[in-house]
Amino acid sequence: MAIKGTLKKSRLENLLAVLNKSHRVIGPKAEDGAVVMAEIGYKDIPSGVRDLQWPGGCRLLPGKDSQVFSFSPGPDSFKRFLHPPVSELFAFKRNGAKIDFLPAPKISERPMAFFAVRPCDLSALKLYDKIFLGGPVADQAYESLRRGSLVVALNCLYPGNNCFCLSMGTGPEARDGFDIQMTELEDSFLLEDGSAKGAEILEQLPLGQAGADEISAKRQRIESCKAAFKKSIAAQELPGMIYANLDHPHWEDIARRDLECGNCTQVCPTCFCNTSYDYAALGGIAAGGAVSGKRLRKWDSCFSRSFARVHSGNFRFSRKARYRHWMAHKLAYTQAQFGLPGCVGCGRCITWCPAGIDITAELEALRHV
Amino acid sequence: MAKPRIGIFKFTSCDGCQLSIFNLEEEFLQIAGLTEIAYFQEGQDAPDGNGFQAWAAHFDLAVVEGSISTERQSKELLDIRENSSRLITIGACATAGGVQALRNWADVSEFKASEYPAPDAVEALAESTPISAHVHVDYELWGCPINSAEFSEVLASFLLGKTPGVPGYSLCMECKRKGIPCVLVAGQAPCLGPVTRAGCGVLCPSLNRACYGCFGPKDGANIMALMRIFQGFGYTENQCRMMLDKMNTYKFREMEEKG
Ligand code: SF4
Ligand code: SF4
Ligand code: SF4
Ligand code: SF4
Repeated sequence: MAIKGTLKKSRLENLLAVLNKSHRVIGPKAEDGAVVMAEIGYKDIPSGVRDLQWPGGCRLLPGKDSQVFSFSPGPDSFKRFLHPPVSELFAFKRNGAKIDFLPAPKISERPMAFFAVRPCDLSALKLYDKIFLGGPVADQAYESLRRGSLVVALNCLYPGNNCFCLSMGTGPEARDGFDIQMTELEDSFLLEDGSAKGAEILEQLPLGQAGADEISAKRQRIESCKAAFKKSIAAQELPGMIYANLDHPHWEDIARRDLECGNCTQVCPTCFCNTSYDYAALGGIAAGGAVSGKRLRKWDSCFSRSFARVHSGNFRFSRKARYRHWMAHKLAYTQAQFGLPGCVGCGRCITWCPAGIDITAELEALRHV
Repeated sequence: MAKPRIGIFKFTSCDGCQLSIFNLEEEFLQIAGLTEIAYFQEGQDAPDGNGFQAWAAHFDLAVVEGSISTERQSKELLDIRENSSRLITIGACATAGGVQALRNWADVSEFKASEYPAPDAVEALAESTPISAHVHVDYELWGCPINSAEFSEVLASFLLGKTPGVPGYSLCMECKRKGIPCVLVAGQAPCLGPVTRAGCGVLCPSLNRACYGCFGPKDGANIMALMRIFQGFGYTENQCRMMLDKMNTYKFREMEEKG
């Protein structure tokens, strides 16, 4: 049976404590002018911090005291933890013709609980599960980090300036893919379970009765969030709008502004590209010729010239071709390949692009010659 | 099997990159064990003074620090290249001309006259140029100074006959991996990270400082686009010029021209 209940704001700490019994809690924390994600305790939650985001900019401001979650997502997402920026896949020792493989050290025995995951990221997580687990062979590194993890979703009550999930159909309300969902109300949180594990956790909390008032307050808040969006994408026109405009002159205009720095791809919760290579340094070579090293996997980006390099160069030979490929991957190819949106409308690529290149505005510009 | 013969050479430079090799400490001793270090003046108690002659022998690998700043150096470099199977450059001077290449856009005779009592005694070409402007270079390591760990990986790769994993992409890539809140986006600081090559380990942004480009331009840097952003922050064109005119100016300017 579905569980619903209210948790007083002053008792939010209890929820973290229950999660922490069995899990490392990964959630938001303010650091150097941005909200990042880290292993947190209750006191780390940047309660009442507001963030102002714009294309290529972000600033933290003091918010209202009564509000806990008054900030939008920062550059990080679950991606940093389930598909770490650098991971060791295995270590090797080669001595003559003999090679031994050693499994990578485990990051932790304790699974992770992702706390305050926004609806857009739930959609991105669903895509990640499909990419990393859904093929004929599951990705072991991802599988071992994802196993036993918990997801506590947080419904959005305000869109960030760069958010456009509403138009992508991925937010601002959590629909599935969580164990618990939270909605911030006046002086409590409405908590609802989304799985048996979630229900078990809710049973351990001092919940108040959630009645018709709380349910309608939740509805009202989400509806007023929907009315506040500043950005949108004409998703119903995808992928056609991309395919019909592959030679549009606007790509050249983007290429003049684009730094090819890769920030957009690194912050995007659906970008998964990586490179793996064998790392060996001097310390790993023994005088007798034995070599030990590691196979490392690192985030990479289609904006790197080395990324699509084949025997005689990068087959996406211009900056224009690289940006176009990225946008088409987000807005067209992923949907075709996985049946899920490749862009979840989180707006991170807009905020964290030093050039303020805005995927929604660039797409819109393709309409005009 | 004979150990590979290595020579470590220096032209116009501050020796900082060679010191970065010493900074490898334990791993430095490893170099001595795995190779025959046949020429390395920085590593000697007292220079033996016979410089040029000493390297007139075959090297499996020449490691070159410093830019070409005099006529004599350009001849010595040809000699080293002719005698080496592989040649790699280390640091901003050898790879990008160094801070001394600032004179390429000024009048060197004027400097000489204003700084030295006997300007004619100063042996200096009008331009300071990277090694690649003179001979074929097999691998370039950037940085002012280089990152010791990258050097260790490149040397290990040479010994193992594999491609090093040293990237040519932006510092931003490394910065994001480390999870550092962007000083440009969150602080409007003039960070050169988007046009600078990764490799330093994100020293400056880790300390909440803007990157000043000591690892040189990344592959395909769009420098003018970044300068337009800085101008939007209020920096003048001249201030932008000065941000780029440092130890890698030769390569930044070359990249600017390419667009
Ligand atoms: S493309 Fe941009 S808005 Fe879309 S999911 Fe990625 S980061 Fe978010
Ligand atoms: S994109 Fe939507 S779901 Fe994501 S943070 Fe913004 S409002 Fe919330
Ligand atoms: S779109 Fe922006 S963040 Fe992405 S590579 Fe270009 S300049 Fe960098
Ligand atoms: S701080 Fe500098 S290097 Fe780091 S992401 Fe921002 S612009 Fe790039």
